[in-house]
Amino acid sequence: MEFSYNWDFNSILFNWDVLAHGLLVTMQISAITLTAGLGFGFFLGLGRYSRLQIFRFPSNVFVELFRNVPALVVIIWFFFAFPIISPFEVDAFTAACLAISVNTAAFSADIYRAGIQSISPHQWEAGRALGMPYLTILRRIVFPQAIKRVIPPLTSRGIEAVKLSTLASVIAVNELLYSAKQLSAIHFNPIEAYTAVALIFFMIIYPLTRFSYFLERRLGHSD
Amino acid sequence: MSAILSIKEMKKSFGSLDVLKGIDLEVKESETIVILGASGSGKSTMLRCINFLEMPTSGEIHLNDELVGTVRGKGENTNITYRESDLCSLRTKVGMVFQQFNLFPHMTVLENVMEGQVTVLKRKKIDASNRAKEQLGKVNLLDKIDQYPSHLSGGQQQRVAIARALAMDPKVMLFDEVTSALDPELVGEVLQTIRSLRDEGMTMLLVTHELGFAYHVADRILFLHEGQILEQGTPQDILFHSKQARTKEFLKGHAAFSLPNPETD
Repeated sequence: MEFSYNWDFNSILFNWDVLAHGLLVTMQISAITLTAGLGFGFFLGLGRYSRLQIFRFPSNVFVELFRNVPALVVIIWFFFAFPIISPFEVDAFTAACLAISVNTAAFSADIYRAGIQSISPHQWEAGRALGMPYLTILRRIVFPQAIKRVIPPLTSRGIEAVKLSTLASVIAVNELLYSAKQLSAIHFNPIEAYTAVALIFFMIIYPLTRFSYFLERRLGHSD
Repeated sequence: MSAILSIKEMKKSFGSLDVLKGIDLEVKESETIVILGASGSGKSTMLRCINFLEMPTSGEIHLNDELVGTVRGKGENTNITYRESDLCSLRTKVGMVFQQFNLFPHMTVLENVMEGQVTVLKRKKIDASNRAKEQLGKVNLLDKIDQYPSHLSGGQQQRVAIARALAMDPKVMLFDEVTSALDPELVGEVLQTIRSLRDEGMTMLLVTHELGFAYHVADRILFLHEGQILEQGTPQDILFHSKQARTKEFLKGHAAFSLPNPETD
């Protein structure tokens, strides 16, 4: 069997603007889901750690639900089911952002919670002995120490969120993967188009991974 | 003679386990009280109940003739919740130092000593800093104020912890086995610090296993056994002429391997 394939990247280079637009949308989804997901996850994590049942219960339900349903299923569900049960329109872009955000929030919530719980009870005690109220101890003593420990796993979670953005292609959001699909449908060059997508993702994510290694090393021996 | 701290019928149970079975204690101003007892006798629990790190199950605590805590006994089912703000204001008046130092590792020595002053007492930063430096000077650590706790020896960390508690201007200081986690050669510097506090007239309650230190600094020694004060008196009374068999046994255990006296050997 002859193994010869004529790579032809010209069709990609001439249509670079299609992929560039896709990349832009991928970046938008990533920026939105990182901010919303990691931000909301913080409050979920607090809720899961809370002494009060009214905070703990809903947080637990949310986390367990969205951690145990695949992100792809959630995306499709938000896109098809949400418009029926909600009074407002949900376009594909919004549905994808929502779904990836809740997934990221659910996973990061436990990272935050574990970070808070990893701080020794003695630290709480020292704060209380000085007369500091609960929230002051949390804010001044526990968070600053916990944040160091959660940055590396949060970075990994952030990388996951960027990768999850490709799932939006399933509901025809015009992000990078979907652009490649369109390109290949017109120019019959799926191998080149998807190779380009793979390379672009690698170039975005690899530096992030390096950054997380760097953080891990730096924060590791600071105390 | 009015007592600065007065404890009446203080009890503490964890579930069905009665750790304190009714402690009555009057502490006079500037008095130094050492609490001895075997592990499990309730020494630490007693200290922790005084500043409400543990909630007493029943009893009354007066500080400066002011009732700071009262739980009327219905046994272990008493379900009294304290307002957090009340507890916090009490805890600023009763300083506590722990066995494990418990400094804040993300703050410098100076920041550690300033933290409570700024966040709880609402002192201005500059005032808090001056007060912190004053206290750190007293424990001979002025040259370390910009260091992080991890760069200090155990003895130095414990002295910072003492300065941190003192900077809050407490009326009473509680010391919970503060030298137990230290290398033997570092114990002296911490004990020295506590002794000079005594000379300044600070009212103190100490749980310790350093009998020699207890002998030299205590005005009164309490021997705790199974959640009750079995015996109390001057260091002479307790350490040399104790009347209770249990106290004698405890002291014998401690003295089993003391250095021989060169004169008699």
